[in-house]
Amino acid sequence: MTLAEKLVARAAGRDSVRPGEIVTCRVDLAMMHDSGGPRRVKPMLERLGVGVWDPAKVVVISDHYVPAVDAESAAILDLTRKWVQDAGIDAFHDMQGICHVVLPERGHLRPGLFVVGGDSHSTTGGAFGAFMIGIGSTEMAGVLATGEIWIRVPPTIRLGWLGRLGPGLSAKDMVLKMCGALGMSVGNYKALEYAGPAVAALDMTERMVLANMAAELGGKVGLIAPDETTLAYLRDAGAGPAEAGDWQTDPEAEIEATHDFDAGTLEPQVAAPHSPENAADVDAHAGVAIDQAYIGACTGAKLSDLHMAATVLRGRRVAPGVRLLVAPASTRTTQQAAADGTLAVLTEAGGILLPSGCGACAGLGAGVLAEGEVCISSTARNFQGRMGHAGSQVYLGSPYTVAAAAVAGRITDPRGMLTEQAA
Amino acid sequence: MSTETGHAWVYGDNVDTDVLAPGAYMKLPVEELAKHCLEAIDPGFAGAVRPGDVVVGGENFGMGSSREQAALALIELGVAAVVAKSFARIFYRNAMNLGLPVLVCAEIDGIARGDELRIDAQRGRVENLSQGSVLQCEPIPDHLLAMIADGGLLPHLEKKLAGGRA
Ligand code: SF4
Repeated sequence: MTLAEKLVARAAGRDSVRPGEIVTCRVDLAMMHDSGGPRRVKPMLERLGVGVWDPAKVVVISDHYVPAVDAESAAILDLTRKWVQDAGIDAFHDMQGICHVVLPERGHLRPGLFVVGGDSHSTTGGAFGAFMIGIGSTEMAGVLATGEIWIRVPPTIRLGWLGRLGPGLSAKDMVLKMCGALGMSVGNYKALEYAGPAVAALDMTERMVLANMAAELGGKVGLIAPDETTLAYLRDAGAGPAEAGDWQTDPEAEIEATHDFDAGTLEPQVAAPHSPENAADVDAHAGVAIDQAYIGACTGAKLSDLHMAATVLRGRRVAPGVRLLVAPASTRTTQQAAADGTLAVLTEAGGILLPSGCGACAGLGAGVLAEGEVCISSTARNFQGRMGHAGSQVYLGSPYTVAAAAVAGRITDPRGMLTEQAA
Repeated sequence: MSTETGHAWVYGDNVDTDVLAPGAYMKLPVEELAKHCLEAIDPGFAGAVRPGDVVVGGENFGMGSSREQAALALIELGVAAVVAKSFARIFYRNAMNLGLPVLVCAEIDGIARGDELRIDAQRGRVENLSQGSVLQCEPIPDHLLAMIADGGLLPHLEKKLAGGRA
């Protein structure tokens, strides 16, 4: 069986499953945030007249509307806090960072789990060998009421990465390359599994980028088989007993398709407005003048991302007339980046620190764009109007590339600006 | 199911959830949010769409976020169904869960904006009255048809919980 099939079979209480079968799975963990979570599921559960099936299996994280900027967002957060109490949910991480980063950071994920998340980038959990899918609020209400969900067993597409990334390249370049080469629906109704030496060489925060942006490739899940790197991260996070065990695709398992890429020849990637699939080598967009550089989001502002930005920004200044905004992905990220000197490098270069949360990534918080403005961003999506005005232009790139654009005032190859790794 | 007809609103591939339910309005009630549905790509849509109309998309309709307001906004505006060559998986489930029929149909290229359509979700048929043609869609799985017949996931669950069984 494939890794995906093994994970689904376990959750369905079956010895084996086949792609295309519809099965009912027991849910090990359900994660919600303030936007799609309590404010939406509360009235639905009330209508059904039931409570949460198992409060110990629910994690709530406020990240979309934090900190509140007006009465509406304050009311959403207030409702979230009260509902969590009423529902008896202990695992509530209020304003501690973006859900996809906080969930593994606080030890909630482990290989083998079947997890649902009320957010499309819930695929991030696949980096830890968990079968984690994104669902909508009504679906979530169904899970909270019953502890179960039906799914169609997905066939697996293997995304293989040979070679090794060069300096100034990152998982974001890998995943944008795949968006450009394969398009945003290649993974629709399918399990994506990343493999190969270049994937194995990535640390967990970088693997999370690949799993996270499985969503941009259309995937139901974005899996990476757990290994020593995974287990070491989980030990540090206090995740409890975790084993890599048999959580990998068997050599004889049936794979629907394989796409191989070479990390060794990869160039920094930039996706032009308004889609991640408009990705191309950075040279194709070099020279585009920018107004804003944004380092933020679940995929683009973890500690490793801030380190990348710092290697470019050390001893440099943001170009006049350009603003560099940095929203660390979690409070723990901020603490670590403060302790190791990274934050100082970013702010000395002229970067402006924003709260940990979704912020401008989804046009909800500080840092949104005016009509006609151009931004380069380390986030996952550049759909029209997502970061502000429908007439703004958002390019996507790695933290290296975003930082280099902030310094140059225009999109440029970051490899000419690398200094020693901060910290 | 329906004998009503409605007019077609035709869009291309990859219509995303941010244009269906723009982030800037996500904290507002769905009645308000719906006024901005598709505004970034078709500013006239929300004002002109009529109850019973049908949204026609290309590949990967509803890609992006898991926000089910993307489907709710269409329901709020009275859209009767979405027909597309393919759907992003979360949008597909959200729409069905909310009782908005979504039909996968390979042959929609001939549908023009404004064509009069009649949708039969149960039988998976799209009748194009303007062009005198009938398009066959992929059949909806039985367990989903049962859910749609109940009006969506919540009424379906209500029934199930009341009956104490599936
Ligand atoms: S940071 Fe952006 S992509 Fe990540 S969960 Fe928040 S809105 Fe979604």
